[in-house]
Amino acid sequence: MAQAIMDNGLSDFYRYRTETAPTGKELVPEFLRQTEVYDNPTIQKRFVREVGEHLREAALILEGITCAACVWLNERHLRALPGVLEVQVNYTTHRAQVRWDERQIQLSQILQAITAIGYFAHPYDPARQQALLEQERKQQLRRLGIAGVMGMQVMMVAVALYAGDFYGMEAEYRRLLQWLSLLLTLPIMLYAAVPFYRNAWRDLRHGQVGMDVPVALGITLAFLGSVWVTWQSGNGAVYYDSVGMFVFFLLTARYFELMARSRSARASEALVQMVPAMAARLRLDETGQSQEDWVAVADLMPGDRVLLRPGDSIPADGVVLTGRSSVDESLLTGESLPLLRQPGDRLTAGTVNIESPLQMQVEKIGADTLLSHILRLLERAQSEKPYLTQLADRTATWFVLAVLLLAGLVAWYWWQHDPSHWLAITLSVLVVTCPCALSLATPAAITAATGTLTQHGLLTTRGHALETLARTTHVVFDKTGTLTDGRLRLLNSQVFSALTLANCLHYAAALESHSEHPLAKALLEAAKQTAVSTNLVVENLSNQPGAGIQGDIDGQRWWIGTADFVQTQTGLHIDPACRLQAQTDGHSLVWLAERDRLHAVFMLGDDLRPGAAQLVADLKTAGCQVLLLTGDHQHSAARIAEAVGITDYAWQLTPDDKLARVKALQAAGAVVAMIGDGVNDAPVLGQAQVSIAMGGGTQAARASADMILLSEDLSHLRTGLLMARKTLRIIRQNLLWAALYNLLALPAAALGYVAPWMAAIGMSASSLLVVLNALRLVEREQPRQKPATADNRNDSTPIL
Amino acid sequence: MNILYILIPVSLLLVAAITWFFLWAIRSGQFEDLEGPAHEILMDDDDPKRVGSHTSKKRYD
Repeated sequence: MAQAIMDNGLSDFYRYRTETAPTGKELVPEFLRQTEVYDNPTIQKRFVREVGEHLREAALILEGITCAACVWLNERHLRALPGVLEVQVNYTTHRAQVRWDERQIQLSQILQAITAIGYFAHPYDPARQQALLEQERKQQLRRLGIAGVMGMQVMMVAVALYAGDFYGMEAEYRRLLQWLSLLLTLPIMLYAAVPFYRNAWRDLRHGQVGMDVPVALGITLAFLGSVWVTWQSGNGAVYYDSVGMFVFFLLTARYFELMARSRSARASEALVQMVPAMAARLRLDETGQSQEDWVAVADLMPGDRVLLRPGDSIPADGVVLTGRSSVDESLLTGESLPLLRQPGDRLTAGTVNIESPLQMQVEKIGADTLLSHILRLLERAQSEKPYLTQLADRTATWFVLAVLLLAGLVAWYWWQHDPSHWLAITLSVLVVTCPCALSLATPAAITAATGTLTQHGLLTTRGHALETLARTTHVVFDKTGTLTDGRLRLLNSQVFSALTLANCLHYAAALESHSEHPLAKALLEAAKQTAVSTNLVVENLSNQPGAGIQGDIDGQRWWIGTADFVQTQTGLHIDPACRLQAQTDGHSLVWLAERDRLHAVFMLGDDLRPGAAQLVADLKTAGCQVLLLTGDHQHSAARIAEAVGITDYAWQLTPDDKLARVKALQAAGAVVAMIGDGVNDAPVLGQAQVSIAMGGGTQAARASADMILLSEDLSHLRTGLLMARKTLRIIRQNLLWAALYNLLALPAAALGYVAPWMAAIGMSASSLLVVLNALRLVEREQPRQKPATADNRNDSTPIL
Repeated sequence: MNILYILIPVSLLLVAAITWFFLWAIRSGQFEDLEGPAHEILMDDDDPKRVGSHTSKKRYD
């Protein structure tokens, strides 16, 4: 169902697109005109991020990338520009992350520099990206179709020619069929195969050898050789069928690769598309009535009021002004149930309002929103090249050179020894090798895995994170905020009098309402959850810090606080055994009493996160050592460690102590994954080989960890570890396959065992196999749970 | 075998027709959404609450 919705939404978009889409030719001058526009500061605000005083960072889309060599070329070319500090190009998403110093270079100059080497670049814009992808897809489909139809015809004629070789054929018909093949191959050569020449030419002009160079060389050689034979007399072999099949297979592989790429990039694309294009801004007219303006989201400013109807995506970060509704944050945090949002609560751009209208005040827009921040982190992770990729990229370039040389040698050798076969064999050599599989192996897998993990609320922010996580031997947990919630909650309570628990809580909340103490806040929170709402007025309130509070309610004096406080103030007796037990557990007890009787006791504590024990057990099963390092005192450390099943724990550690312990582990050869709350643990997180920060909401923006658990759901860590291991396994399989294939295919082709058409299939299949193998990391989208919309929330009143 | 001089042009015409049809199909968006129509039949009619909403990206049904 979700798929169908997606398709539906997209097809709407395409309908819109066809009205405005420029054709290929128009694009060039328009593009050149546009680049200067991008220097305009107000336009830049939408996609350029200020990193430092003069440092700017932007994501660009590159058009025309066909293989890893293009990536390398672009990166090298841009890095050579003065003022450009950092360039990362992602092959899978065709996106470049560029950082520059605006005193030395302008964005338009960077864009023009890219145009100068034969690619197009423009600021990343999801709508544009989608339109481009669709345009590219149609174009490729057309070429593929032409190559297929014509290729089949040529093949049919080739069968007749082969049969003629066996059974004899009059020269007249032989020539006729050869000319027919030539005619049918022309559209393939002149239309379908054009991208290969274009890429090869571009590479050669820059002194590069990309993988399209041998391809273009092979096709041209085969075609011209055949034309020569046809022209001469028709005596000799023609390879029109090989040309047709080769172009067809290669285009098929490219088409599937395009589809696979867009699928594996879809998880992050889905994030991008979460921000709507238009929003309903509210303004007051002369009579003081709210008027609704339909404006582009890019025009929203902080401070604007926006109306969100049920089903609307939230356009910017902000707070709820009026209304009460539930909000689906699943795409951002992996949290499957919608969350209640009422006045004062925060809203995050990209989440979806579900039930009833809300009015929000915009606080952060565009590149400042949490969603943008998450996207940038994700982008960085996907474009950073792990060591394996860099190695593969370098190897691929040399490999192509070696293949060209070898092809020359092979051609020369066979020309000497068996002139009738030299063309076919040289073709096979040119065609059979597949450096693409080599350079695709890692990025395809990493992109697919990070996309899937993001759907689970585990955000990968560094490129190496998955690889390192897979090799983790020791997992170190922080306690507060990691294994536990990090905030006090009402865990348990006991009522001694005739009052109900709800009433007790309300008396407690009334007394504590002016206190800033964490215990007071936890009690207020607990009281808010109850259904009763009474307005109690407290008089003569007095606060004794560190002990408790007293005040008069309805003429009666009430006390709330520690056991000692209540005991000394009222003279009531409190059972000491009860207090001792709570202390051992690391919980706090708060007593509520009147002059003559004890009403209730509340136990407040920092509770374990659900799934913590399960996670620890799973990690142990997965072969990891699990440790707990905490700054807390022994009692609570022991209690938590025991509850989750960690035997190796240390308490009352300063951040330096933690750092020393992690270093000691690493000195002993451990690969340490540190899981902390991201804010207090920064040094230890930095020391560990891979760090995972817990981070809901705004914390994600501050965390500098390698991965961020946005969902704060510990069970997703287990998914993360398993996924990381699977990713590493798949990368290894891919590299092994690519190396093995090339090692076997190349000698076989050079020795003349591989016909050109077999070479074409082999090459296409080997790069396709690598991408498909990586696609195993993409999980099929689970049907989303239908949110509980009915019953208890019907009381919300529409504002319109 | 002189028939070839007729059959070959005929087959060429056929190829031209097929190519034209294929290009037409791409142009008119026949390949745009290969999965959506299969699901469309299962979709209920539009959610009445959403009429007039231009930014809707998701539905929950």
